[in-house]
Amino acid sequence: MDIHEYQAKALLERYGVPIATGGLAYSPEQAAYRAKEIGGDKWVVKAQIHSGARGKAGGIRVCDNENEVWEAADDLLGCRLVTAQTGPEGKGVYRLYIEPVVVFERELYMSMVLDRQSERILLVMSGTGGVEIEELAETDPGAIVRIMIEPAVGLQGFQARGAAFACGLDSSLISQVENLLLGAYRAFRDMDATLLEINPLVVTEEGRLLALDAKMSFDDNALFRHQDLSELRDKSQENPREMNAADRGLSYVGLGGNIGCIINGAGLAMATMDMIQLAGGEPANFLDIGGGASPDRVSKAFKLVLSDDRVEAILVNIFAGINRCDWVAEGVVKAMTELDVRVPVVVRLAGTNVEEGRRILAESGVDLITAETLAEAGEQAVSAVSWEAN
Amino acid sequence: MSIIVDEKTPVIVQGFTGRMGTFHAEEMIGYGTNLVGGTAPGKGSSDHLGLPVFDTVKDAVNETGAEASIIFVPPPFAADAIMEAADAGIRHCVCITDGIPAQDMMKVKRYMRTKRVEKRMTLLGPNCAGVISPGKALLGIMPGHIYAQGPVGIIGRSGTLGYEAASQLKAVGIGVSTSVGIGGDPINGSSFTDHLKAFEQDPDTSIVIVIGEIGGPQEAEAAAYARDHMHKKVVAYIAGLSAPKGRTMGHAGAIVTGAGESAAEKIQIMRDCGVTVVERPSDFGTVISKIL
Repeated sequence: MDIHEYQAKALLERYGVPIATGGLAYSPEQAAYRAKEIGGDKWVVKAQIHSGARGKAGGIRVCDNENEVWEAADDLLGCRLVTAQTGPEGKGVYRLYIEPVVVFERELYMSMVLDRQSERILLVMSGTGGVEIEELAETDPGAIVRIMIEPAVGLQGFQARGAAFACGLDSSLISQVENLLLGAYRAFRDMDATLLEINPLVVTEEGRLLALDAKMSFDDNALFRHQDLSELRDKSQENPREMNAADRGLSYVGLGGNIGCIINGAGLAMATMDMIQLAGGEPANFLDIGGGASPDRVSKAFKLVLSDDRVEAILVNIFAGINRCDWVAEGVVKAMTELDVRVPVVVRLAGTNVEEGRRILAESGVDLITAETLAEAGEQAVSAVSWEAN
Repeated sequence: MSIIVDEKTPVIVQGFTGRMGTFHAEEMIGYGTNLVGGTAPGKGSSDHLGLPVFDTVKDAVNETGAEASIIFVPPPFAADAIMEAADAGIRHCVCITDGIPAQDMMKVKRYMRTKRVEKRMTLLGPNCAGVISPGKALLGIMPGHIYAQGPVGIIGRSGTLGYEAASQLKAVGIGVSTSVGIGGDPINGSSFTDHLKAFEQDPDTSIVIVIGEIGGPQEAEAAAYARDHMHKKVVAYIAGLSAPKGRTMGHAGAIVTGAGESAAEKIQIMRDCGVTVVERPSDFGTVISKIL
């Protein structure tokens, strides 16, 4: 689960990470009022969306007076911001965060991630901030400090100081960096984060360390023990169809093609998408209906896939282990009779109760294309689409 | 022979009396697995499915001599169940549970490393289908009838894709020595490499299929291991060629976040290491039958 910059900053502040005094706004009036409250004579109006690279996309505006703040807010609120990370549909801007403009002398980079190679939390720091770390890794890998954190004892002071020295920081800053890193690490552990990024982390003219931007993501599997974090979820930032699916226990990712997929198991779902692509087609979605899928669940999956109006054919591919082909077949028949299915449907069943499943499909009289193997399933689906097109 | 389990391995079920535990315990007994009991804290000294129930894994091991366990415990308590198994001296543990927090797995891995190497438990999963040595024993949730007995070892992240491979093999008259699921989570108990080592030693296995997917470094590690340390042939398939970057594809671990994690890159790494790559997931049967 991702959260907004202002939410990440509020969480991190509790762990001693220094942030600028900012304020949230839902309207131009609020934005102008916040600017007045914060004081000073220069502000930034920052669009709160679940994406990085907001600056280049025009989502961060520097303003010299309250009028400009009002206008920037009026311009941003309600728009969809397209960044390098959002895809062409962009993300809706419904909240703004107002902060004073901070004059800084130096930009740094800091992040923590769950590293799959070492199975530990990895601290990444660099004396060069404000740039994408992936770019820096390619252009100047030597500028990046990596520290593996031993899970039994956690991040130690010497490691934090070591990172600070390696970034070439002035000795007057070392204790600030140490406090910030130890606090950020505690936040990461306490809240089951999977990513924490402060980029840039700046040194101000007064020699203070400040988190100018902050990004946090959390482990969905750990949300059961963090009710407070669940409340930070912003559904306006999620794809409605994917959200709808997740709320019904289905794992769905839209892909933009025209062959809708209804599959059990994440691996088989990816493999089936690949089969479609190799056969010259384009999958419309990833969808794993999971284990123990009832006829009702299969029917819901049909509804979900059909809600994408780009779908021109549906491929159902089930290899039943804990699932039962007869239940899936009942679900297919239910969907075909109850829903207005106007696209060709290809069904491939294998595994537990497969004969029973095939019998139900054959006796139902519904108009289906059946396939015996994975290869056949992919080819049938692709040719069903091209046949429709002609 | 086979790896991890055979018809003699004494097995217990953790979370024995629950709905999932009961259903799959019956399936495993039906397949011929030597199930000797199970655990359910607070229900010790009762019976379930005609087998003894214990309060703790330690009691179960002491009373039955259990060497392997399979866990059907909900996500919030599953990490604890794995560590209990490791502490009680279980040799091989399968964790079926999907949805364990990644930081809990970090703790589990750290805890397992506190045991001496010769006493250290091998963990399969979490979020896996388990392990089957066809004709001998099933320690998992896979449909037993799709596997024939034979010389092919299978290691996969995905359950259903493992079924697909095994059934394609059976259709062309080829069987499986053992099929191992390592699970779809970002941090899993054992890696492709761990099981490649075991298959290399197993006289009944002559070829190994690695079924990988997008995300994580383990497929690349396995390819390097196959190149440097294996005499047996390794054939690989990587799912997710059509998966977009930065999106989680069902499995918590199936996400491309950095370099080397996409299917195309992994396939290239595999090829560079001399591993035969099955391009279409419908070709497991034909590719393996050509090699054998």
